[in-house]
Parts: sequence; structure tokens; C-alpha cells
Amino acid sequence: MSAEGENAKSMSIIVTKGTLDWAYPPFILATTAAAMDVKVSMFFTFYGLQLLKKNLDHLQISTLGNPAMEMPMMGMHMTMPNIMSAIPGVDAMCSTMMKNLIKKKGVASIPELREAAVESDIQMIACQMTLDLFEMDSKDLIDDIELGGAATYMENALKSDINLYI
Amino acid sequence: MTTTLDTKGMNCPLPILKAKKAIKDLDAGETLQVLSTDPGSVKDFEAFCRSTGNELLDSSEADGVFTYMIKKSA
Repeated sequence: MSAEGENAKSMSIIVTKGTLDWAYPPFILATTAAAMDVKVSMFFTFYGLQLLKKNLDHLQISTLGNPAMEMPMMGMHMTMPNIMSAIPGVDAMCSTMMKNLIKKKGVASIPELREAAVESDIQMIACQMTLDLFEMDSKDLIDDIELGGAATYMENALKSDINLYI
Repeated sequence: MTTTLDTKGMNCPLPILKAKKAIKDLDAGETLQVLSTDPGSVKDFEAFCRSTGNELLDSSEADGVFTYMIKKSA
């Protein structure tokens, strides 16, 4: 159990984003916190639910509205003008480039980090309302989760030392 | 007894996650040696040890490889 050590503190994270890049902050912080004996609860809502799907191959980055995204390319750093993201295949291409970088730099993959989260007993709650809203089937999500709503989150948050919204 | 964990080539937070897993399998008083090439791991292992109560006996660097000696607390 992750809450046995000296710390015995707790953290909750609301996970709202479902792109490949934004999947990192919640999973990195959650798994690291668990490794430091913090009890962690993650609440996945809206696009964040994508991160709970059994298969994560569909995760992509979006070049749209992100002038800060500089990718190392051909010996320099390139940004993507917004108009580029309208061209079919550009987001997919950028996502493939990002995945290659992730591998090359020894950065954990999202499936790997999620596996670590499951192994370290991090509580993962999927937002029932979002499932209904987007007509998603809980059978498509991994088994190690619970379903819940805002009150479930609030009960956790009220008891937590740290509450993050990502 | 010292166990060695090689995390060379891995990036944040993998060295910490792997170290935590390895420490779990040790008995209290045993030492884990962690090898890493991640420069960010220096501060991270200090913080990790402070927060988990395990003792950072030594932290050194040679030829781009950082070595940490962590003694498991009770």
C-alpha cells in the first residue's frame, strides 16, 4: 500500500485533458507521489477519460493553438503554425515524432506510467457523467478503476493535503 | 548487502519509480545502489530520501553516471 510510510499524506488530481502531451503531468506526479508514500486519488473527467481506455494508441498531440510547442527537427527547433493542424495527417505526424522522441530520451510511455499507477494502488475514478455525456462504454476502460461523480471527488479532496487540477 | 539498480538512459520519473520498487524488496538496513544518467535525478533522489525517510548515504558522479547509495529505513 502506498500510504504506509513516513508521509501518510494524500493528494488528489483532477485529470481533464486527453492529449498525449497532457497525459504526462498527472501520471508523472501521481506515480512519483505514490513512490514517496503519498496516497493518491485521480479523478478523470471530460477528455481525461481518454487516458483510461484499455488501448492508448489513439492518444495524439495537437499543434493547434500551441505556439510554445517547439519540436527538435533537422538540427533546429520548429514550431507549427495553426494552419498546419488543419492539414490531414499533420497531428498524426507530430504525434509520431513526439513518440519517437519519448523513446529516444528514455521518457516513460503513458501505458507504462499508467501501469505503474495501477501497481502502486493509486485510486482512479472515472466520471460517470462524462461516460453518459459522450456515450462511452465503461467496458472500453481498464478494469482497475471506479466510477464516481463530483461528490466522490469532493470527499477525497476535503481529506487531501494536495489537490491539483490538470 | 547491496543491491544494484541500473536506470541509465531512463528519464524522470522512472529512476525514482524503479528505486522505490527495488527498495520494497530490501530488508531494513540493506543498501540499494542506483545508477542514473539523468542530471535531474540528483535533486530528486535527495528529495525522495528526505520524504520517505530512507537514508541517502552517498551521491556521486563519474563520467556522466550518477551513483546513489540508499539505505532502507525500518
